[in-house]
Amino acid sequence: MSTTAVKAPGTKVAASISWFVARRLLATMLLLVVLSFLIFSLLYLAPGDIAKNLLGTKTVTPEALAAVREQYHLDDPFLVQYWRWLSGVIGGDWGTSIRSGLPVADEIASRAGLTVRLIVLGFLIAAVVSIPAGVWAARRRGTWVDRTLVSGAVVGVSAPGFAVGLLLLFVFAVTLRWFPVYGTGEGFWGQLWHLTLPAIALAVGLGALVVQLTRAAVVRELEQDYVTFQRSRGLSEARVMGTVLRNAAIPIVTSLGLMVTYLVGGTILVEVVFGLPGLGTQLQQAVLFKDVPVVQALTLIVGLVVCLISLAVDLIYLVIDPRILRKAVAK
Amino acid sequence: MSQAILPPLAGDGAAQNTPGPDGARLATARRRASAPLTVAISALIVLVVIVCAVLHGVINPWAMEQDTQLGSVGIGVWGHALGTDQLGRDVLALLGAGALSAVAGPVVVAAGSLVIGLLLGGVAGYRGGLVDGVVSRYADLVLALPAILLAIVVAGVLGGGYWVTVLVLVVLFSPSDVRLVRGAVMEQMSRPYIESARVLGLSGPRILFRHVVPNVMPVMLANALLNVSFALVAISSLSFLGMGAAVGTADWGLQLADGRALLGSNPLASIAPGVAIVATATSVNLLGHWLADRFEKKAVAR
Repeated sequence: MSTTAVKAPGTKVAASISWFVARRLLATMLLLVVLSFLIFSLLYLAPGDIAKNLLGTKTVTPEALAAVREQYHLDDPFLVQYWRWLSGVIGGDWGTSIRSGLPVADEIASRAGLTVRLIVLGFLIAAVVSIPAGVWAARRRGTWVDRTLVSGAVVGVSAPGFAVGLLLLFVFAVTLRWFPVYGTGEGFWGQLWHLTLPAIALAVGLGALVVQLTRAAVVRELEQDYVTFQRSRGLSEARVMGTVLRNAAIPIVTSLGLMVTYLVGGTILVEVVFGLPGLGTQLQQAVLFKDVPVVQALTLIVGLVVCLISLAVDLIYLVIDPRILRKAVAK
Repeated sequence: MSQAILPPLAGDGAAQNTPGPDGARLATARRRASAPLTVAISALIVLVVIVCAVLHGVINPWAMEQDTQLGSVGIGVWGHALGTDQLGRDVLALLGAGALSAVAGPVVVAAGSLVIGLLLGGVAGYRGGLVDGVVSRYADLVLALPAILLAIVVAGVLGGGYWVTVLVLVVLFSPSDVRLVRGAVMEQMSRPYIESARVLGLSGPRILFRHVVPNVMPVMLANALLNVSFALVAISSLSFLGMGAAVGTADWGLQLADGRALLGSNPLASIAPGVAIVATATSVNLLGHWLADRFEKKAVAR
């Protein structure tokens, strides 16, 4: 924990840090290249003739097929096509949706707001409920409180978002009529009202994960010698828990990448079960309609977000835990 | 997904082995008192699901049969304990028939991922060096990709139905098994029996698969159970989205999606498969944790 252990001259440490950061950046870039390659290949993975697929519901004539081949440069070598697509995407040209004929970027922009609000709300609910619950379970380890919370977390992790959402929908919207069944609502409060049940459905799985992570982290810290030492010195329990929580926060914060991956899947399921017109339902429909440009764009955006968050987490890690810095430098 | 849940729980399990013989005995005594009930219930649920899956051939023709009267019927109608769905099929029979798809796919995913894990992870852990580097980077790469998203996109765009989905999930699940086996094998490598097997002149593959792998198996079997539970959640999610089981087959995810329209008239048409998914996945998950705990206890006792 102490900072004295880094004895190397400042310049050497700085160089090592930048080497670590550079390596991490490079790995992220490589991952994005692989992902974009996979995503571009989707066009070729889809069964059937590519030109016909790209025509969608339009009538298939030899002229139309030729026009599509021309428009998408389908006669170029694969790698040339990939490069053209990638530079288009980087330049902001996301192509047009096969299904609607509208620019993909516009379609995504009009739906992104709802999904972002849903994720933020779900994340907040999960954090506010599960972190205290995890700490509580760890402090009461082995008691019925702990066992109940741990079993609850196992159920929560094993419950897919759509099953939870459906149950909530039935109990609170259909039977009790406390919440609306469909729609997105008007104004801030109306939207919040309509998003509450979906956000709770999203928060159940995520929250269960956070309870497990928090409990394990706090249990690990509570067994450290410094806790025994602090207690024997007669420090108040509040102060002991203060240091424990600060140390336990590290593995929880660094699991953020895991949580984001979980949220990606969860959002799709929850949006579909509640019929919300967000990016999740858009992806589902685009996949079912084989609307490849939309699928490519959405997958790339999510992949980019996931990669950037895991990069950010690694860098935050360096800042909040000096031990990692030393290990990274030592490599 | 599985590596997501494992590290904290594994560390936690180790932490529960309180030092000293008294502590250990106390912990076992407490476990003996508390574990069996949940474990017994879980085992019972899993058993019922397996029996339904085995009897699939008997249940399925009956489940797919539509009642003369089209349209949904609520509960309490004679002969339909949970009512019928919008096509007039009996919800309970459909639930029983759906057990096959809830067992077969997840078991294949877990088994396939275990085999890949033992082969790649075993060789990487045993040989080390370049082989290890290549295998580990491959595992890192696949694990860094957003798995569920890829499963939805690839399985959906390929449009191949249930078994294509299962295959995609095997690819996405295997890297965490590869990592686990590699770690466990590397841990075994420093033990004296490896040295003596080498002195005896046994071949590398023979040492790895006849002597190292059996020592690694208990942990991997417990992990495979956890994988079954995560695969069940993943497969039923994909079926729910319309990218897994084909329309017209018995599958819980599909049944739930179909039954949604009946939330007003016969809510059980969609709630029953939802409960079935959650109960089965939770039971398998609990059994996996219980096994992992037991194997860990044994390893410590040795």
